[in-house]
Amino acid sequence: MILMIGFKDITLWIHQMLSGYLNPGWVVASEALLVGLAMILLVVIMAVAMIYMERKVAGFMQLRLGPMRVGLWGSMQAFADVLKLLLKECLTPNGADKLLFSLAPFVVLTVSFLALAPFSFAPGLQLWDLNIGVLYISAVSSIGVIGILMAGWSSNNKYSLLGGMRSGAQIVSYELSAGLSIIAIVIMCGSLSIHDIILSQSDGWWIFKGHLPAMFAFVVFVIASTAELNRAPFDLAEAEQELTAGFHTEYSGMQFAMFFLAEYTNMFIVSMVGTTVFLGGWMPFHIVGFEAFNHLMDYVPSFIWFFGKTFFILFLIMWFRWTFPRMRIDQLLKLEWKYLLPLSIINIVIAAFITIMGWHF
Amino acid sequence: MEIPKQLIPLEDTPGEFVINVGPQHPSTHGVLHLRIKLDGEKILEIEPHLGYIHRGIEKISESLGYRQSIYLTSRMDYLSAHMNNQACSLLVEKGLQIEVPDRAKAIRILMVELQRLASHQLWWGSAGLDMGAVSPFFFAFREREQILEIFEETCGTRLTMNYITPGGVMNDLHPDFVKKVKALIKQFKVNIHEYDKLLTGNIIFQKRTQNVGFLPRDLAISLGASGPVARASGISCDIRKLHPYDGYEKLDFSEIVMDKGDSFTRYLVRIEEMKQSMHIIDQLIDNIPEGDYRARVKGIIRLPEGEYYQRVETARGELGVFVVSDGNKTPYRIKYRTPNFSNLGALQYIAKDSKIGDLVAIMATLDLIIPDIDR
Amino acid sequence: MKALFRYFSSIFSAFKSLWTGMRLTFYYLSHPKTILTQQYPENRKTLYIPEAFKGEVVLIHDENNEHGCTACRMCEMTCPNGTIKITSITEETEDGKKKKILDEWIYNLGMCTFCAQCIEACPQNAIKMQNTFEHSVYDRKELIKKLNHPGSKLKSTKKI
Ligand code: SF4
Ligand code: SF4
Repeated sequence: MILMIGFKDITLWIHQMLSGYLNPGWVVASEALLVGLAMILLVVIMAVAMIYMERKVAGFMQLRLGPMRVGLWGSMQAFADVLKLLLKECLTPNGADKLLFSLAPFVVLTVSFLALAPFSFAPGLQLWDLNIGVLYISAVSSIGVIGILMAGWSSNNKYSLLGGMRSGAQIVSYELSAGLSIIAIVIMCGSLSIHDIILSQSDGWWIFKGHLPAMFAFVVFVIASTAELNRAPFDLAEAEQELTAGFHTEYSGMQFAMFFLAEYTNMFIVSMVGTTVFLGGWMPFHIVGFEAFNHLMDYVPSFIWFFGKTFFILFLIMWFRWTFPRMRIDQLLKLEWKYLLPLSIINIVIAAFITIMGWHF
Repeated sequence: MEIPKQLIPLEDTPGEFVINVGPQHPSTHGVLHLRIKLDGEKILEIEPHLGYIHRGIEKISESLGYRQSIYLTSRMDYLSAHMNNQACSLLVEKGLQIEVPDRAKAIRILMVELQRLASHQLWWGSAGLDMGAVSPFFFAFREREQILEIFEETCGTRLTMNYITPGGVMNDLHPDFVKKVKALIKQFKVNIHEYDKLLTGNIIFQKRTQNVGFLPRDLAISLGASGPVARASGISCDIRKLHPYDGYEKLDFSEIVMDKGDSFTRYLVRIEEMKQSMHIIDQLIDNIPEGDYRARVKGIIRLPEGEYYQRVETARGELGVFVVSDGNKTPYRIKYRTPNFSNLGALQYIAKDSKIGDLVAIMATLDLIIPDIDR
Repeated sequence: MKALFRYFSSIFSAFKSLWTGMRLTFYYLSHPKTILTQQYPENRKTLYIPEAFKGEVVLIHDENNEHGCTACRMCEMTCPNGTIKITSITEETEDGKKKKILDEWIYNLGMCTFCAQCIEACPQNAIKMQNTFEHSVYDRKELIKKLNHPGSKLKSTKKI
C-alpha cells in the first residue's frame, strides 16, 4: 500500500512536521538543506549505478566480464575507486593558475547540480516547478563549458589547453541543435514547464504523438547531447590517444573525481531531459484501445517508469561509446553545421506546421 | 624530398607552439618521441626522436655467437619474432650451405604466416584503439590469443619464440597443431567480417582515414619504405614474391598492391594480406611433409669469412640482415635493416599539414613497432 | 536536386554503417556466452598450460635423487645472459682417479630469457624446461636458485 501514499503526501508530511517545531524561516532553510542532501545522495547513487553499468556494458560488449573482484560481481568497485581517489594527493602543476585550477572542478560540478533543480522524478516529486524549466536546463548546462575552459587554460599544459579549446568549440556548437530539437517538442506541447510537458504526454509520449518531426528531434537530441557530454564518439576534449587526457590531464585525486562525477551527472541530466521531453517522463506506456494493458502498466510505480527510461537513454549513450571510433575536430563541426543544424531548423518548421494544423494527437 | 636541416626548437613562438608527443603517450605504442610544431590543431612540423629503448642489439651480437644473437632478434620487432629468427637462420644456412628439410620449411612458413596474422590482428585492434574505438581491440585479441596458444604449445613461448633456428626449427609440432590451426582459420574466416562491420565500413573510420596521410609512390621509394606501407603506394615489394625463401615459390598467393597511398589504403592492404595469409596456411596445413624437422648443425657456428645478406618479409616490411664474418664464432659486424625505421621516415612528410587526430591515424596505419626502430 | 539526393543518401548510408557496428556490439552484449575472460586465480585447477611451455629450467632428478649433470659447463657457455653458474669440485674415486663432480647448479631465474639454448646444448640431456609459471617473489634474491637437490648424486652410468 506504500505506493498509494505518493510522494506529495510524504513531502507534505515532512513540511508539517517541521512547521510544528520551527518558525517559517527555519522551515524553509532546513527544507532546502534536506532537499540539497537528498539531491546529492541521488546523484551519488546514480553515479555509482552508472559507473557500474558502464563498466559492465563495456565489458560484455568486449567479450570481457568487467569488474569482478570487489564485492559480488564487482559491485563495490566504484566505492573502492572513490576510496583510492580520496587517498591520493591533489597535485597542482608548477606554473598553473592556482585559483582557476582549483576552482574549475567545482564550477563544473556545481553547474551539473544546478541543472538538476526543475526535474520531476515522479508525480509530486519535483524540487522547483519552474515555468521555463526546459530553457533553464539548457541555459545552465551550457555554463559547464566555462569550467572546462578554466581547467584547460589554468593547467599550464598544452594538451589541456587543446582539450579545453576543442571542448569549447564543440559544446557551443552542439548546444544549438540540442536546444532546437527540444524546441520542436516545446512547440507541439506549448509549454516550457517540465511539469506541463510531462502532463501533456498522458495520452501518449511525444516521440509517438509527434509523428516524424518528434522522432527526428529525438535522434538529433541524442547525437547532440552525446557531443555536449564530451563522450565518444565525440570525446575530443579528452581524446586519450591524441591529448592523453585533454582538459583534465593535470588533475589527480578528488579533483579528478569531481570531473568524473560531473560527467556522469551530466549524462544523467541529459538522459532525464530526453526522458521528460520525448519519452513521457514518469508517464506509463499506454496503447490507445488496449485498456487491460494500460491498466497493467499503471500498476508499475511512476518513478520506475522514469528511471527505466532514463537508463534506456543512458544505455544508448554507452552503446555509442563502446562501438564507434572518435571523430576528428573538423568533421565534428561539419556534422553540426552541415547536417544537424540545417536539418533541425527544417524540422522545427515542419513541427510548427503540424502544430498549427493540429495534426498531432 | 627535402631533408629538414634543423631540429625544432623547444620554445613557442606567437601563434605556434611545440608539444612533445611521447615518449610516454597513449598512441605511440611504446616510447616513440615526436616533437610537433602546431598551429592550433594543424601540424606544421614533426620530428621523431629516437633512442629511448636503444639496447644496442647489433653491438651485443658482436660479442655473442650466432645462435645466441638470433634470440636477441625476437626482441626487435616483437610481433614478427618468427620472421626475425627466420632471417638470421636463413643467413646462417646460406653461409654454412645447409639444406633445410622440407618439413622444417613447411613448419616455418606455417609459423610465419600465423605470426603475420597475429601481428595484423593486433595492428587492427590498436588501429581502432588509436581512433578511439576500444571494442575492436578485444575482438582482435580473441583470434590472436588462439594463435598465441598454438605457438605456446609448439614453441613454448608466446611472444619471443626463438623457435626457428639454423637448420630448421627447435622442436617438432605439437600433435594438436594441425587441428587447432584448422579450427582457427575456419573461425577467423567468419570473424574477419566483423572487422568490416566495426571499422572498415564504419563511416567515422572511413572519414578519419580516407584522403589522409598520402604517401606518394616516389617518396615511398626514396624513403625505402617497405611492406604494406609501400604496397599501398603502388610499389611491388613483397620479398616472398621477389626473392622467395623457404619454399614460398611453390605456394599460390598474391601480392596485394594498391596505389592510392592514403591511410585507408594501407588499412585495406593489411586486411587483404590477412586473407592471403589464411590462403597460404590453407594450402600447407594438410601437406606438411614427413621427415626431420631440423638438419644437423654444429653447436658452435662459424660462418666462413665473407659478407652475407638475407632478407625476409616480416609483418611490417623488409627485414634485411647483413653480416660480415671473419671466420670466428662471433660475427665481425652485424647490421639489421629494419622495416619500421624506414617506414617511420615517412611520418614527417605525410603527417605535415594535417590535424592532430590525423597524426594518430597515420601512425596507426604505419604500424610502427618502436623496439624495431631503436634496436 | 541531385546534390540534395546525394546529401540525404550520404546521411542514410552513414546511419546504416553505424547501425551495423552497433548491432555487432549488441550481439555480444546479449550473448554472455561469448565472453572469453578467464578468472585466473579461481580457475587454477582447470588451467591448461601446455607441456612445452618454457617456465623455468630444472635439473632432472630421478627417484634416487640422482641427476645427469657431469658439470661439463656447456650450458653455462651457451647461455647468452650468464644466467647459469656451475661450480664443481674434484673428488677422488675409489680406484684413485680424479673426477669432477657437480657442486652447485646455480640458476638465476630473473635473468633467464627462456631461449632454451642451454637445454639444446646439454650433451647429457640433464636439464629441461618446466611449465611452471607462478614465479613471483618478494625479493629478487629468491630468484637465484640452486637446482641440484641437496645430497643428490650423479647418475651412475653403469647398468646394474
Ligand atoms: S633458457 Fe636461455 S637464458 Fe635461460 S638459462 Fe637457458 S640458455 Fe640461459
Ligand atoms: S646441465 Fe648439461 S650442459 Fe650443463 S653442466 Fe650439466 S651436463 Fe653440462
